[in-house]
Amino acid sequence: MNDGLVILDPTAERDEATGRPLAAALPAGTGARIALLDIRKPRGDVFLDEIERLLRERGHEVQRTAKPTFTKPAPADLRREIAEHCDAVIEALAD
Amino acid sequence: MEVIALVKHDCETCATLAPALEAAAIAGAPVRMVSQSNEAETRAFAERVGLTTVPELDEGLALSERLDPEAVPAVVLLDGDEEQDRVEGLHRARLEALFAAAGATLPRDGLPEIKPGCTSITQEPEVAARLAAKRARAAGRIRARELDLGALEDPFEALHQRGLTDGLPVVPPTPERVVALLEHTRRDPQDLVGVVPPYGGEATVEKVAINAVMAGCAGPELPIVLAAVEAACREAFALHGLIATTHPAGPLVIVSGPYADEAGMNARGNALGQGNRANSTIGRALQLVARNVGGGRPGVEDRAAHGQPGKVGAAFAERLEDSPFDGLAQDRGVPADETGITLVAAEAPRLLLDQLAREPEGLCASLATALESIAHPKQRLAWDGLVVLGPEHGRIFREAGWDRARVRDRLFALTTSPAGDIVRGAGGSPEGVEERFVSDPDMPVAKFAAPDRILLAYAGGDAGLFSMVYGSWAAGEIGSAPQSASVEPWR
Repeated sequence: MNDGLVILDPTAERDEATGRPLAAALPAGTGARIALLDIRKPRGDVFLDEIERLLRERGHEVQRTAKPTFTKPAPADLRREIAEHCDAVIEALAD
Repeated sequence: MEVIALVKHDCETCATLAPALEAAAIAGAPVRMVSQSNEAETRAFAERVGLTTVPELDEGLALSERLDPEAVPAVVLLDGDEEQDRVEGLHRARLEALFAAAGATLPRDGLPEIKPGCTSITQEPEVAARLAAKRARAAGRIRARELDLGALEDPFEALHQRGLTDGLPVVPPTPERVVALLEHTRRDPQDLVGVVPPYGGEATVEKVAINAVMAGCAGPELPIVLAAVEAACREAFALHGLIATTHPAGPLVIVSGPYADEAGMNARGNALGQGNRANSTIGRALQLVARNVGGGRPGVEDRAAHGQPGKVGAAFAERLEDSPFDGLAQDRGVPADETGITLVAAEAPRLLLDQLAREPEGLCASLATALESIAHPKQRLAWDGLVVLGPEHGRIFREAGWDRARVRDRLFALTTSPAGDIVRGAGGSPEGVEERFVSDPDMPVAKFAAPDRILLAYAGGDAGLFSMVYGSWAAGEIGSAPQSASVEPWR
């Protein structure tokens, strides 16, 4: 009779490792404060310029920010600054 | 005073002694016969040797584990918890003395003077492993959550279904296997090795060992895997970006020093290929840590456009016994008498063939062509290069007396091109340096940021005028910098 098998969990045993909950959607309308984060890939600014134009047309405030390098996560200070001053952030991926 | 007599059902010496033990108990001796076998086996044993009562069972082998005999019958005289005397096997005179000390008599009728015992069940490898795992859990050495796979589940399929593999079967990480693997490091299993991107999972020695078991490590590879995980979690290695990038690079572990051989690694023929357990499992263990502890999954967090076969795991050892240079890790700061690793964010390797090379200058010219093509021949300053010299190429440098610095300097010089050749549009290809940066088309522009951004290692089989060349991921401060580390702190 096979009693089954006990194995040890190879993960970090954190729920975050399997996905994080989505933030609530922004309310409809104008006036949201939106950060545009340039990750420092070539031509990311071209893409963000266009996004900025579209957002402003719709009556939103835009704050332009940038990571020091696309290869590393945004520094904690930058993340906090965005979280404090903005309702949402759009990260530009470009090449 | 109490006498404990441990027996097991398939031991003929136990069968010889058991009737005398029971007779002593009936006559009032403070003796408990305790069986290491299961209930059915113990019942059959009692019937076979003619006992009137079935010996009590050693539940969970707790008593056997505490008394820890090598052989049974094991007759132990206890005063409270304190052991006063012990006889393992049948030695009539010593048993009589032990019973006398307990104020009792052992009937000697039919007992041989001496008869060797049998191995205690606690010494059998499977049982010993189970008990070691139980002890490790009780002592807090092992703290990982236990996952129960059902009796009807195939463990290999279950591990796939739970998203814990790299697509190949993994060895189920049972507590027994993990505890056995942990014997290969002196480190406490709860020591933190690193915080693993992208989700910041904490890789303890235990968690690394679990993934190393899954990768197929035999044991001695563990200190190398631990050193690699520590190096991978350093900020300068930028593992978060390496996992998340669309670029195909993955971590490559190069081991330099005598412990590579002790761990069973291959530095010779097919060192970069399949067929050697340590080479195949060290890199795989690191990648499973990134997946399971860090949470980086291909196609989800890992956005590689193509990836490459080395992302299953890549590791090889340097062939230092006839290398023209010192070890790569030692060149990068690991003490000369220690084994070290160098961790590189590397593409798949490519062959550089020069079967006509006989002198260092010409060989450098050939190697430079491969180095210059990393990412794109017109890409500059953003990439590192790694050359794994094969022995027939390495010999050319050794015999000419060229050391690492001289080879590196020469390769650096030979990978410099006139700005006009690498400007956007030159040669018909749009990639390259922006025209506004090119004031003089003859101005030389280096491929690499500095000579030491060209790493040199030495490995491979005796025959073949070949070397292998790896490109990096985005390199240096803006990307991933190679990391070296000693293996010694993890042994």
